Amino acid sequence: MAYTIAEKILLAHTDKKDIHQAEFIEAKIDLALGNDITAPFAIEEFRKSGVKRVFNNQKIVLVPDHFAPAKDLKSANQCRILADFAKEHKLKNYFEVGCMGIEHALLPEKGLISPGDLAIGADSHTCTYGALGSFATGVGSTDLARAFIDGKCWLKVPATIKFIYKGKLKKWMSGKDLILYTIGQIGVDGALGKVMEFSGPIINKLSMDDRFAMSNMAIEAGGVTGIIEPDEITFDFVKRVHSQKSIVHSKKLRTPNSGLRTLKSDPDAHYEKIYEYDVSKLEPLVACPHLPSNVKPASKLGDITLDQVVIGSCTNGRISDLRIAAKILKGKKIKQGLRLIIIPATQEVYLEAVKEGLAEIFVRAGGVFSTPTCGPCLGGHMGILSEGERCLATTNRNFIGRMGSPKSEVYLSSPAVAVASAIKGRITHPEAL
Amino acid sequence: MIIKGKVHKFGNDVNTDDIIAAKYLVTTDEKELGKHCMENIASGFPQRVKPGAIIVAGKNFGCGSSREHAPRALKGCGVAAVVARSFAGIFFRNAINIGLPFLQLEEVDPVRSPRRRRGSRLRRLASNGVDKIKDGDILEIDLGSGIIKNLNSQQAYQTQAFPSFLQEIIRYGGLIHWIKARHKKEKK
Repeated sequence: MAYTIAEKILLAHTDKKDIHQAEFIEAKIDLALGNDITAPFAIEEFRKSGVKRVFNNQKIVLVPDHFAPAKDLKSANQCRILADFAKEHKLKNYFEVGCMGIEHALLPEKGLISPGDLAIGADSHTCTYGALGSFATGVGSTDLARAFIDGKCWLKVPATIKFIYKGKLKKWMSGKDLILYTIGQIGVDGALGKVMEFSGPIINKLSMDDRFAMSNMAIEAGGVTGIIEPDEITFDFVKRVHSQKSIVHSKKLRTPNSGLRTLKSDPDAHYEKIYEYDVSKLEPLVACPHLPSNVKPASKLGDITLDQVVIGSCTNGRISDLRIAAKILKGKKIKQGLRLIIIPATQEVYLEAVKEGLAEIFVRAGGVFSTPTCGPCLGGHMGILSEGERCLATTNRNFIGRMGSPKSEVYLSSPAVAVASAIKGRITHPEAL
Repeated sequence: MIIKGKVHKFGNDVNTDDIIAAKYLVTTDEKELGKHCMENIASGFPQRVKPGAIIVAGKNFGCGSSREHAPRALKGCGVAAVVARSFAGIFFRNAINIGLPFLQLEEVDPVRSPRRRRGSRLRRLASNGVDKIKDGDILEIDLGSGIIKNLNSQQAYQTQAFPSFLQEIIRYGGLIHWIKARHKKEKK
């Protein structure tokens, strides 16, 4: 039987001989993730179940990142619940402030995700790890509690939609622009309940950071995950993170073996739909309020003045995102009166940005450079918008009130567009500088 | 089980930030979450919710974040059931796992009249079942059969039954109860 890569991974995590679309399975998971918002419910449910021990103390990852470092007393209490649970169950992968980062940047960096893995996370952007050729999907807190109990998760085997990207990317184009384009084409429910498989010559050349940005936003089209077949770029990334000394928590120092190198969709695998995009003519895009599918070219937006620009999040808070921002910003000042908030996704990214002098460029230009946190992306802290304010962010959602007041507005873009716009004080194509 | 209550209508793509804004995700108390349900898009919603209240919405209900606080906030403020054209994936599984009743009224769903001979006329209404239900209508939902009756318009709609696997989780009262029962069975 012919399978897509997603189906192959699911099959490998069951005791079954074959697997069919729309079938319900009970899959064994390699990793279960929770954060300071979703894990407290999971821990409460786990305790209610009466089970005394978690199924495995290496495969559970807890990261206080959303409202951490704790923004107020209630958040502090939530973070405490995680810390206490981690201690009680001797969890190997609890990341306290100081080692933490935004979970979806942190886990790949810590070598906790390998190609072929099945990972679930009580956070919708868990789909990010699809970029590493894993089946990774967001679930709820009760799903996480269940995984704590027996390391399993119920799943309906999803159909796969294939996206093929062809042509040649123009300057300033990024993974973020490709995914915004895709969501603009198919809509916020265009892949509802389906796997999005990203492929084609453009994807083959895309860096890991750009791939992460694409897979990250699969959920914004309703996708279960956004998967990319692992290739040399993937294996180089995995090898590099495993060779670094920072990897102290790794559940398994599994370097890609020959089996993983053949982890690809079969040529005659069944796809529900195939979209083919020639992206040669595309230019940097912006998602306008209040849906990620409301996408327009940055250059055609007219005079959209800004009060705040945020660069960060699990979508675009990685080192290459900060490098491009610093490159554009170097020697320049941001528009007077505008707030530029730059949030590296992890401690490693933070440190690298300091070492390379990027942090200094941001501060000298008039921006702030923060400790890792999800913070403003979900209207938590570190840059909440007041009534009537407008923000351009490299984050992933622009829903009503997402970053603060229901009367504020959030636009979404790549780091290049965001930083160029911070200089001009209005949404700007980087070319216009 | 029969749910009878007043309809609160919402549009397409109601996201989990709409249902419960992130700033309130600092508690696991359903009642407390319920106080802020739909705050950004329908201010004062919890005060308008009376026992048995039913949300009727368009496509992709519950899109966005994985926060289980969303279905819990709906429960906490007294919403008895949600009817929508389609549900976002994680919201769907959360509602199953915690036992929030919800029904999918798809455009292709056949409609059956309480009196069968009117079936053919009513079938045509199926293409926009959700549209035909108005804000303030009183619905009677039979969760067992999946039939929704609109007591104002006297129309009836047959919704899709859940696959048997999911029905089993619902029958046990949610995922944790189901898994506990299963482990008990395995031990025997």
